[in-house]
Amino acid sequence: MKFLRDKIDQIKKPFGKGEKLEKFAPAVNALDTFLYVPNHTTKHGAHIRDAVDLKRTMITVVLALLPALIFGTWNAGYQSLIQIQETVPFMDALIHGAWKVIPMIAVSYGVGLGIEFYFAIVRGHEVNEGYLVTGLLIPMIMPIDLPLWMLALSVIFAVIIGKEAFGGTGMNILNPALTARAFAFFAYPTYMSGDKIWVSDASTTDAISGETILGKLAAGQEAGYDMWSMFAGTIPGSISETSVLWILVGAAILVITGVGSWRIIVSGFLGAAVMAFLFSIWGANPLMDFGMLHLLVGGLAFGIVFMATDPVSAAQTNRGKWIYGFLIGFFSILIRVFNPAYPEGVMLAILLLNVFAPTIDHYVVEGNINRRKKRVAKQLKTA
Amino acid sequence: MAEEKESLFSKRNRGLLSDPLNDNNPITVQVLGICSALAITVQLKPAIVMSIAVMFVMAFSNMIISVLRNSIPNRIRIIVQLVIVASLVIIVDQVLKAYAYDVSKELSVFVGLIITNCIVMGRLEAFALGNGVWRSFLDGIGNAFGYAWILIAVAFFRELLGSGKLFGFQIVPQSFYEMGYENNGLMLLSPMALIVVGIIIWIQRSKNRKLIEKH
Repeated sequence: MKFLRDKIDQIKKPFGKGEKLEKFAPAVNALDTFLYVPNHTTKHGAHIRDAVDLKRTMITVVLALLPALIFGTWNAGYQSLIQIQETVPFMDALIHGAWKVIPMIAVSYGVGLGIEFYFAIVRGHEVNEGYLVTGLLIPMIMPIDLPLWMLALSVIFAVIIGKEAFGGTGMNILNPALTARAFAFFAYPTYMSGDKIWVSDASTTDAISGETILGKLAAGQEAGYDMWSMFAGTIPGSISETSVLWILVGAAILVITGVGSWRIIVSGFLGAAVMAFLFSIWGANPLMDFGMLHLLVGGLAFGIVFMATDPVSAAQTNRGKWIYGFLIGFFSILIRVFNPAYPEGVMLAILLLNVFAPTIDHYVVEGNINRRKKRVAKQLKTA
Repeated sequence: MAEEKESLFSKRNRGLLSDPLNDNNPITVQVLGICSALAITVQLKPAIVMSIAVMFVMAFSNMIISVLRNSIPNRIRIIVQLVIVASLVIIVDQVLKAYAYDVSKELSVFVGLIITNCIVMGRLEAFALGNGVWRSFLDGIGNAFGYAWILIAVAFFRELLGSGKLFGFQIVPQSFYEMGYENNGLMLLSPMALIVVGIIIWIQRSKNRKLIEKH
């Protein structure tokens, strides 16, 4: 360990105070703190210092994302190969998928971190770790065949307009990863929806069917998959959104480590279930008749577990989290059913509630203050 | 009127023309006239026609109000201003209908809405009511230019990136599309106009430090 420390100190020397490369110090410091806990301590006031800093939090989220990512990579290959052969060996599918997914992750991290480093140097602050998660989330919620330059453009838009314009990590109003997806969705609709994009190479292979379940239902057809496939995730869709099973494994990691809020996750699914139940009673079209199975398809599970729980853009108060999560689930199904042109209701629902999260918090805090005031007034009266 | 004699384009008068372009821009600094910046900046041509129309209305309404400023009763000044602005807008509308019918149809209701353009009323209230005729005229022209360049800049990016054209002519070559380039559909939706204006404000403030408010 001593050796590593010396080595890093040696690299950092020309970047120190007053040296000629001082301006680029944030770049090396980011590398340093990636390996070691930062050495400085709080100087003013009383603060609680915890071993779990922002970096450890973010790494936990990345760990929680890995199961869904690996499954998504395998599924991307599987969906493509199953169209042309009877059985698909596990490794074949994984390798086929990796050829598609790894370049996307590389582009997302390369472009995004480049912008983060640029802003860190211009503004003279340290590079924040938030992008480690965002950069992984962005490719995971895109269709497999999205051209890389579109991905890069979405990343640029999300990082600059969604985050840096508001002041960087921790200041953003909207979830940056969903900002990227919303940008791609509205800018390049033909690459983000339809029946040709969910299975890799679908447009070049003949006689292939790659419609998502929600797309089929909106067109008035049968879902065409059994419940277990929907739960396990062997269905077409954005890279990592399909497998509810592995997303729940990620959710367990988030909840056990205390990184993600279980209140948002539970209330999110609850809201979706209530809405799905109401629609199944109404039952006017196949999307409504789909009932509780709504919880298993589309990006709902992924959105609620990994996007809605983003601590920056979510509600902060406990009661607020219940309201926030419930409304996300509620609106997701509502948008899905009433506007089949936007099958990804969950994306729009989370962005909408991101905007309203501070309002929700405000009223929760106000309500609490009023309740306590009344209690004091009552005590004064009886005393 | 105790206005001292000064040349037509003295430094003070030139300031009336140049200030609104940057330091006191009606859109990016005063944040007025946003609605039309959203609505008619999908293409360059309507944006330019709109700019010219606004320039005409602003210059002459400023001038007329300035002429009348000492005889308008203070309590009904808004009504008088509205009548004058409305008459000028009707003239613009009729001219457009007669000589540029296509553009007039594209701009549709937004020509009529110049009446409610906050920049016009704002300058009448803030400037024309208290300044001489020539200075009010210059102020109208200057603010209209400030409005115009933002409108045209936004329209330039929205038309180029949104439909690959400028003034309706194809600019992005066909070979780009064959290589996989796509027009950005978001540029055609109005939120993008706000975002482009936002980016212009961001760049302007980072260049022009005196615009940044002190806390």
